[in-house]
Order: sequence, then structure tokens, then C-alpha cells
Amino acid sequence: MDIKHATLHALSQELNSGAVSSLELCQEYLKNIDAKDGEIGAFLEIDREHMLQAAKDSDARRAAGKVLSAYDGIPVAVKDNICVKDERCSCASKLLAPVKSPYDATAICALKNQGMIPFGRLNMDEFAMGSSCENSAFQKTRNPLDTSRVPGGSSGGSAACVAADFAPVALGSDTGGSIRQPAAFCGVVGVKPTYGRVSRYGLVAFASSLDQIGPLCNDAEDAGIILDTISGFDPHDSTSLPNAAGGFADAARQGKASGSLAGLKFGLPKEYFTGGLDSAVAKVMDESIARIKALGGEVVDVSLPHTKYAVAVYYIIATAEASANLARFDGIRYGDRKKADGLVDTYYKSRGAGFGDEVKRRILLGTYVLSSGYYDAYYLRAQRVRTLIRRDFEEAFKQCDLLLTPVTAQPAFKFNEKSDPLQMYLSDIFTIALNLSGHCGISVPAGFDSATGMPVAAQIMAPALGEAAMLKAAAAFMK
Amino acid sequence: MSSTIDIKYTADLARLELSAEQAEKLQSELARVVDYIAELAEVDVSGVEPTAHAAQLTNAWREDEAKSSFPREAMLANAPGIIHGELIQVPRVLPSEEE
Repeated sequence: MDIKHATLHALSQELNSGAVSSLELCQEYLKNIDAKDGEIGAFLEIDREHMLQAAKDSDARRAAGKVLSAYDGIPVAVKDNICVKDERCSCASKLLAPVKSPYDATAICALKNQGMIPFGRLNMDEFAMGSSCENSAFQKTRNPLDTSRVPGGSSGGSAACVAADFAPVALGSDTGGSIRQPAAFCGVVGVKPTYGRVSRYGLVAFASSLDQIGPLCNDAEDAGIILDTISGFDPHDSTSLPNAAGGFADAARQGKASGSLAGLKFGLPKEYFTGGLDSAVAKVMDESIARIKALGGEVVDVSLPHTKYAVAVYYIIATAEASANLARFDGIRYGDRKKADGLVDTYYKSRGAGFGDEVKRRILLGTYVLSSGYYDAYYLRAQRVRTLIRRDFEEAFKQCDLLLTPVTAQPAFKFNEKSDPLQMYLSDIFTIALNLSGHCGISVPAGFDSATGMPVAAQIMAPALGEAAMLKAAAAFMK
Repeated sequence: MSSTIDIKYTADLARLELSAEQAEKLQSELARVVDYIAELAEVDVSGVEPTAHAAQLTNAWREDEAKSSFPREAMLANAPGIIHGELIQVPRVLPSEEE
């Protein structure tokens, strides 16, 4: 059984032909985790007993001819901010370290309903705040391709997990690039769906108007399979979209089969191709553009004129929402409560001891921009500029079908390389506008930095609800 | 726009305990971030409606039906302190009579 870069669709065939059992498959992944995760640090915890029992249950279903789907018995690893019933959900924070989820997130229910096996708690930046996984309260995660480098963040554990063959697919969450950037750094595929595509019920909220759950995986078809499974309206999330979802895996299969981008127009937003790009990234983008043309696609220059304000808008809106969302973590109903005199001091002490530096920074910034006297100047103004950013995308999509951009300005950086918070924030420049606009995007491996061997990715963005067209194009591009 | 941020006042609003050393570090770090986000002042936003949400949904109604929720013990299982088997224990809210 070779699990190296194994895809869901290949594993599905192995399982359904009887070449391998779910139990053997899960044991194979666990064996690889045992051998390598001591160095990588992707997982905070794995409930093995539970995972192996689920695998045995799947094998029993298959033996009885009662599989729940073609993917019954395939393990899917989970970021530590997505609730899986009876498993820990700490968001890599000391404050939530003791907490176990009383219920399954809707996305987890959807996986289980197909017989897939959600397992493990993947490391992340605390409360998904960060771009390198260095903000985890518990451990470092190392990039499997070069362990002196970060895996990206905040879904760094998810990206490292797939890149190291600890699971064929992992779920992550993307608030400002937290799926696409680590996918780029680790050389895997990562999708941020359209806002509202996937229910956020059971995803611990960071910035509610930006957060989306999505897959990190080995190819576009696998991303489609997972999106087919977890997308759709959910009565538990009033922001989930009522639109029909599905056909994503089929679209990717078509794209791969045709290997053609004929008839597709790719916009190149000039603001994303400025002098700030690392030479390796610039080179891979040139190659990607040539590749699109060679596959029959057309490229046109477009403009997203408000791009330069996206980081400022994001760090106002995201921190404002975070300061409100994280107010519930007070050590009273759950989490780690610190002993103090009286109720208010309990809040101060529990939050002061429970949150790490980056979370404190963002809570303070969010509290500040919402505070009396500053609300109009910062928060309300940011929401207005957000409208301008959204309109930029809508105008651009009138001139093209998809957008092609870099994911990051540079390949994976080294530990402690970006110790200044503002520098770290600015590294999100190419991913965050898409969260503000709500459109969807995919990070696809597109080449390598010849100097270091590190992967470089391209980002394909699509209009709202454009996942099928996006995956079809991504599959053709990657073929 | 002012780019001063009063860390002590803001931390009080957020109920965050900070050491003196932390407060000093955060003060200088956040002052720079606040300077950076202040660049939005230059954007002409006259007549532009704010976007609160990327999905332009309004009035997501659901039927007003009574439904059972999670079992009490499941919801209490994560509480740091329980008394009488069914209540979350909290620190004193009001001072005692002797004080």
C-alpha cells in the first residue's frame, strides 16, 4: 500500500476493489505519523482507538455491501478549531486546552455521513491568528519539505499533514489566507470556498464574516470530492447559502480529462504583479501564464485598484469581529479558569493567562477600533472600503472568467524570520482581499524555487459560487 | 485620525490582564499597526455603503419551532466548576455582607 501523495479517488478504488481495508489504510497512515510526526509536529493529538474503531466499522459496512459512499473508510485529518464530538478542540490555545466538543461541526457530520473518518487534532496558530503556526501555544509545526522552514498558517498543521502523507486530505479554515498560504508553502492544493458555501457551524469563530472551512489535499479532484461533501445550506448557520452545491469533483475530472483551458479568459490583476515579488515567485508566475496560453487559455490585464488597502481593511474588520467572538472565552462556562478574587478578576486572569501574545494583540486592536470615538473612523470606514474591494472584483470578473495571481510574495520562510507583527500581517496581501470580497480561490502547486527547492503556488480565483469552473481550470492547469 | 492607543484603557474594555512589560511591548507594536491602518483615511468613501457580510443575504428566517437541545450533562461537561450536580460554579459576584 503506497500512501505517498495518495488521492481520495485512488484510495477509493483500492478500498472498493478489496486491495486494502480501511483498517490497513488507517494503520498505514498512523505508522507514517509515528515515524515522522515527532519531527514535523503536525498533530496535537490523535484518538487512535476511536479512529481504528471507525475503520473497523467501515470495513464491516463494506463486507456487508452497505458502504455509505465510494469514500467510506478514508481518514480525513482535522484542524484543531473544528468540532469533532468527544474530541478535544483547543484552537491551539491554553485557554481551551481542557475542552472537548459536545457535538460535530456540520462539515464533520457530512464527512461521517459518507463514511469518511475524521481524525486527529491538527496544529494551528492560536485561534487561527497567524501565518506560520508559530503562534500555537503548544508546539511548532515544521515544513515537511524543509524542516528549518515554517509550514505557513494558520492551517499549517493541515498543510504539513497532507504534504507528509499523514492523511490524504485535511480540513482547514481560511479567514485571510489560512488555507491557501500554508498549501502554497507545503506544495499541496488548498481551497477557500465562496463565503457561505460551507456551514461554519462547529468552526470556532475568529472573524465570522470572513471564515470558511475548506480542504487541503493532493489534487483538484480531491478538493471537489470534499467540497461536494461539505457544501450546502445548513439551518444551523444562517449565513450559509441556499444555492445548490455539487458537481465539483465532476468538474475537476472533466478539466483533468480535457487538459485544456480553451475558451477561458484569465485576468492578471496588475496590483498582484508588482516589484515586491520574490524572483522565484515571479518566475513561476511567468511560467504559469505561459502554461495557460499553451493550454489554450487567454490572459488579459485587469486592475483591482483598492488592493493596497486590503491589509488595513482586513486587520480592522477581522480583529473587530475577533474581539467580539473571543469575548465568550472568560473561563466561566468552559476552558481553563484561573483562580481570582471575584468575577471580574477571574475574567482578567483567565484571559490574561489563557491567550498568547498574538491573540492579545488582535483582541486589543479589535477592541480599539470598535471603541467609542473610533468606530466611525476605523470600523465603519473599513466596511466601506470593503465594498470598494468587492466591487473591484465584480468589475474584474466582467472582463475575465478567472483571476490568476501569486498566493504569497515569497516561498516558505524560516522560523523567527518574521518576528515583527506588521511584517507578518503584510505577508497576507495576496490572499486576504478574497475573504473580504467573499469570492472563492484555490492555491495550486505551480513550480519550485530553484535556489531552495521550495514549492511555489499559483492562485486561481473565481466569482462567487464559481467553484466548479475554478476546479475544472485548476485540474487542467495541474495536469 | 489619532494614532494613539491607550493600552491600559483598551485592555480594561477587553478584560485582559497584561503585565507591565507586555503592556509596554504591545503599546509600541500596536501604535505601528494603528499608524498603518490609518491610511484608510485617504480613501474616498462618500456615498459608499458598508459591507458587513460577503454573502449578501438578508433576513435568513427559520420556522419558529420548539426543538430539543443538547443534554444538560453534555453542556456542563466542560465547565471548570460544578455545584449541586447541575449548576456552573462561579466566583462571587457581589461582596459578602461582612465586607
